[in-house]
Order: sequence, then C-alpha cells, then structure tokens
Amino acid sequence: MKKVSRRSLLKAGLAGGVAAGLAGRPASARATASFGGYPESMGVLVDLTRCIGCRSCEAACNAEQHLPEPDLPFDDTSVFEEKRRTTERAYTVVNRYETPAAEHPLYRKIQCNHCNEPACLSSCFVNAYRKTPEGAVIYDPTVCVGCRTCMVACPFYVPAYAYSSATNPVIKKCIFCYDTRLRYGRPPACVEACPQEALTFGRRQDLIKMGHERIRNHPGRYVDHIYGETEVGGTAWMYLSSVPFDQVGFDTDLGTAPIISYVKEFLTIVPMVLTIWPALFVGFHLLATRKENARDKEKKS
Amino acid sequence: MRAAVANGKLGPGEAVQAGEAARWTLREKLLLGLSGRQYLALVFRNPVNWVLACIFAVGVPVIVGRFVFGLGWATHGSYDYPWGLFLAWGLFTMVPLSASGFMLGTTVEVFGRTDFKPIERLALLNGLLGYFFAVVYLQVDLGQPWRLIYPMFVSLGPAAVLFLVAWHVATYLSVQIAEVSPAFFEWIGWQRGKQVVRSMILGLTIAGIILSTLHQGALGALFTYAPGKVHPLWYSAPFQWFHFFISSIFAGLSMLIVVSSLCKRFMTWRCDERFLGSLDRLTIGLAKGSSLALATYLVVKIIGVAHDGDWLYLATGWGQYFLFELFVGVIVPLALFTRAIRHDRAGLARVAAWIAVAGIALNRINTALVAFNWKLYQEVPHWREVVIVATIYALYFVVYRFILYRWPILYEWREGQEEPCMTLSRSSTGG
Repeated sequence: MKKVSRRSLLKAGLAGGVAAGLAGRPASARATASFGGYPESMGVLVDLTRCIGCRSCEAACNAEQHLPEPDLPFDDTSVFEEKRRTTERAYTVVNRYETPAAEHPLYRKIQCNHCNEPACLSSCFVNAYRKTPEGAVIYDPTVCVGCRTCMVACPFYVPAYAYSSATNPVIKKCIFCYDTRLRYGRPPACVEACPQEALTFGRRQDLIKMGHERIRNHPGRYVDHIYGETEVGGTAWMYLSSVPFDQVGFDTDLGTAPIISYVKEFLTIVPMVLTIWPALFVGFHLLATRKENARDKEKKS
Repeated sequence: MRAAVANGKLGPGEAVQAGEAARWTLREKLLLGLSGRQYLALVFRNPVNWVLACIFAVGVPVIVGRFVFGLGWATHGSYDYPWGLFLAWGLFTMVPLSASGFMLGTTVEVFGRTDFKPIERLALLNGLLGYFFAVVYLQVDLGQPWRLIYPMFVSLGPAAVLFLVAWHVATYLSVQIAEVSPAFFEWIGWQRGKQVVRSMILGLTIAGIILSTLHQGALGALFTYAPGKVHPLWYSAPFQWFHFFISSIFAGLSMLIVVSSLCKRFMTWRCDERFLGSLDRLTIGLAKGSSLALATYLVVKIIGVAHDGDWLYLATGWGQYFLFELFVGVIVPLALFTRAIRHDRAGLARVAAWIAVAGIALNRINTALVAFNWKLYQEVPHWREVVIVATIYALYFVVYRFILYRWPILYEWREGQEEPCMTLSRSSTGG
C-alpha cells in the first residue's frame, strides 16, 4: 500500500477547503441553524378586537415617512369597500372584514411584520436588507438593483416598488420608523397615534406573554393563537383576533419554518456540485477517450 | 431569399462562390460577396425583413418609453406580481433553451463524441446568444439596470440564490464567449487566438457543466422562496432545482434541433456538406439525448408530486392544467422522439423538438406567472410588455442570423488555407 504522507494529506485537504470556501460561499453557513430573533428586540401586538378602523395609524405613517398625499383623505371610510395592500405611497393600510362570527366588522392593520428571519433579507443578492437588534427590518436603497426578488419572497406581500420612478425606483416598505424613532427607543408613529390602544409596543418576549395573558383572562374573546408568534419563524408584529385568522385576511398556511429553510435544500447542493463535478467529468473524459489516448501513445512510440 | 436564388437573381451563395479563388475580402465577409446595392436589394426582397421592420417600428419606441417613463408605464407595475413576462420568457425560458452549449460541449469535448462536431458550433452559438439576450431581457426588467454589477463588486449578498445566478450567468457568458471565439477568430483571420482557446477547451467545457448545473437549477430554486405563492404542483422545495436542471437538458437539445432544421431549410447556401450530410443522423442523436432527459424529468416530476403529497391537487382544475402541461410538454414529445429514433425519422424528431420547446415555455411561464399567486388573481401582461418581449426576440433573431450568415458556424473553415473552402454546388444553392 502506498503510504500517504501527513503532508500530502494536509495539502490536499487545504486545497479542497480553499476551493470549497471560495466556491461554496457562506450560503450554507447561514442556512445551518435557525435564528430565533434578537433577545431584546421590540415588537408590536395588534389587538383586532380593539381596532375601530379610524385610520389614524395610516395618517401618522404618511406624515412620519413623508409619503405623498393619498387620493382620498384619511377620514374617508369608502376605502374599506375593497381590500387594499401596502403600496409605494402607503406603508400601512387598514382593511375591514365582515365575518359571520363577529357582530361588528373587524379591522386589520397591514404593514411589514418585521420577521425574525426575513425572507426579503435572505433573498436579496446585494444585501440591501438588515435586521436590526431593535427588531426592525430596514433597507438600503442606495444598493438596490431593482430585481424585486424580495417582493416575490415576502410571504406577507408587503414590499412595494416605486414603479412610477424611471430614474430611481426603489423598494418601499415600513421600516418600523427605525431612523426617526425605534433606534432611540421610541414607538413607531402609528402606535403612538392609535386612540384605542389597539397597538401595543414593547419587547417582543413581553408582548408574547401579554398576548397569552389576554387570551387567558378573557375566555371566549380571543382565538387561542397569537399570529406571528411562530409564523415563518416568528415576527415582530403580532396579532390577536376574536375570529379565526383566515377570516380576517391572514394566510394561515404559512407554517412555522422561516422561508430560508425551503431554499436550503438547494443551497446545500451548491458546494457539492462545485467540488465533485470537476473530478467526475475529468474522469468521464479520461474514460471516454482512453482508446484514442492509447492509440496516440502507440503512434508516438 | 431562396426564391430570389431560384429566380436566377444573384444570391449570396453564388456570390461567395464566385470569389472562391481569391482571398476573402471585407466584402465577402460582411456583404456576403455582394456589392452594397446588391446586398440592400437582397435585404429588401426578403419578406422576413419587412416583418422585422414592423416589429422594430412599434417596439423600439416602446423600449425607449420603458426607460424614459419607468417600469410602471411599460408594465402593470404589479406589487403582487413583481416578475412579469420579461423574466418569465426572457430569463426563465431563454436560459433553458440555451443549454445546448454546455450539452454539446460536454458531448464533444468531454465524452469525445467527435461525430457531433458539425453541430457543436451551432450549439455553442445558440447558448451564447440565448444567455446574452437573457441578460438583455433582465436589463429591461431591472429597476436600476445601471447597477447590474452591484452584486459583483459593490454590495454582496452571497447567501441569496439570485447571487449565484448573477455570478454564474456572468461567468458562464465569458466561458461561452471563449468557446465561440474560434469561429470569430477564423472569420477575422487571427489564428493565434484560436490556438489559445483550443488549449483551454476542456477546462472551459467542464467549467460550463458546473456553472450550468447550478444556475439552471438556481433559476428553479428562486421559486422556493415563495412556498405559499406558487401552486404546490409547480412547487417542490427539494426537487425544484432538479426539475429546472433536467428540463433544461431536453430544452437545449430540442432548441438545437429546431435551429439546425431552420438553418438547413432557409440557409442551405451557407451550410457545407459536412453539416447538411450529417444533420439527419445528428438530429436522431440529439433526439436520443432529449428522450432520456424527458423520461427522467417525467419520473422526477411524479416523484415530486408523491414526495410532497400533492396527489389530491390533481383532482382540481389546477391538477387538470398540470396534467395537460405534462402531457403536451413531456409525454407527447417523448413518444414522438422515441418513435423517431426507432424508425430513424429525423423529420418526426423535428416535430417532437418543436413541441418540447413549446412545452418548456409553457412550464416556465406557468411557474412564473400562471401558477404564481394562485390564491390571488391572474395577472395578464400589459400589451407594452408583450411588445417589448417580441422586439427583443426580433433583435435576437437578427443578431443570430447576421452571425450565421458570416461566421464559420454552419460551414468549416479549412485549416492552413486562407480562403474558406466553399463546397457549395449550384444545385444546392437553389434548393
């Protein structure tokens, strides 16, 4: 048996490691463990039973983020005729739901849920997104190429795009008022504007406790679930509802795994193909052409 | 053009043939041996050019408008459907149809099947142009196309699937340019460059296999970011990349059969005997490869349904549509290819190839547009979007044809001989 020296083994291992490191990229590294969220991160608990659909939050957001004036004023309730979504001109919208289970219509506020493991962040190929320790998912418009993969990836259909701009179109979404408020420990503008205390700002961990307490203390008032506690790996914005969540526009089929976990299956094959294919196909080549090579050798000798 | 040649008017084949004895000058190389006036007459005589002119007349202003007024003007600017026809057709369909380059590169250079050499260059060119125009489509779709190099040099997001696609398509484009460059070097008469590329060809080809495996698969993996949005029958987290990769094999081979049969029919004067004489046999060879890939794809598609437990969806309307796609796009071409191989009928293989190409387009558009947001509503592309897609495809056609007319793709540039050897006879020009 041929002796394999320690040195040659190390060399080969090192070369392979470098190749894999260069080629395999941190893709799989990030995909190895799931991230439960920053321990001190903040969040908001939205209680649908308290919301009266006054749209004060929409108005406050509009002012805080210097968004263009809407077509209809914020006290116009005709907007409830249809189900709206977030747009480049509105980072948060409130929709009305008539449900058989509740006597009164229910209102649901939509904005970025600020996931613990954001799909937008993990799908972005220029690393424009960042999850801050405070809990916000923020976005750097100066590096955005405009591929809109984050919009495809977001399970909540939140990011909007400034399609109207030809020269500087960027992603438009709620940033938890990070620049002006959250980083200084202050609640976002919408929470501060809510007259009903339907929105509660606090540490995410505390809000989860508070939500479960409310469910326990008011039997029959709530569905026994906090939407966002576990959905797609957990979100900073969470919801309490008196009717099943799918009746008020929530997607209840999202599962508890973060979106990145669905992509891992592909990401793990990447380093394997990069490292195995060269040797495999050179081997095929040598096998396929061995007769010709033998003939060439004979000719030479 | 064939009609013109048949009418006894001067055709490009005859003109080039007339200059056989002499070295090729710029006139032979660029104007196919015609004078400027003759060449223009030829251009105007061809009805295809009139159709192209109409497309450009409508399409170019719309493309300009897209960049002046923004994406919201050219498309519906949908927040729910961020990706429209530009990517569904331009990226997700063009790229698999361009897999021919790495398939034939592997066949000839790695597996040593030199009998496929007459069609290798066409396969490589088909790959190069397909990828190049996929990038053109991408540039139309990107909000800020001038930042295309950002993921490479400015701000890197290496954990994203699109990062892999960007790097691999860019690298593979360079590999394909190198692979096709010998034809260009022969045409401009620079032998040194050709030899340099020749010495790297095995490395380039294997790089091509690696890059193609991963980015063809990665295009599928892009959809794994949207588990709730793509209909479960078109979505499979573990198999999506494999579905896209395997289907790119028969997509590329079938596209090559389609393109080569078009060349044989409409560009006979430019093909040499080596190409024309071997094409039927090679078509059957490509059909064998396609049918193997189709059979594999069919099995893995069924495994995908079984693995994810999607059987019940087959009973719904979506399931019918899924089975329709699978039947027309996979089972029918598979059956036709098999029959063509058994009875050695290249013509039937060509029919099968057309269907397979259409089937791939159907699958990719279904995944990106039809089965996407299946719980919401169906997006129908804006007419300007359709016009832009058609215009860029017309541009692709023009560039493709320009190169095939001139570079030694369909004919062989004999080594050690300054002038190309035209093996055409008068009768073959007329056919």
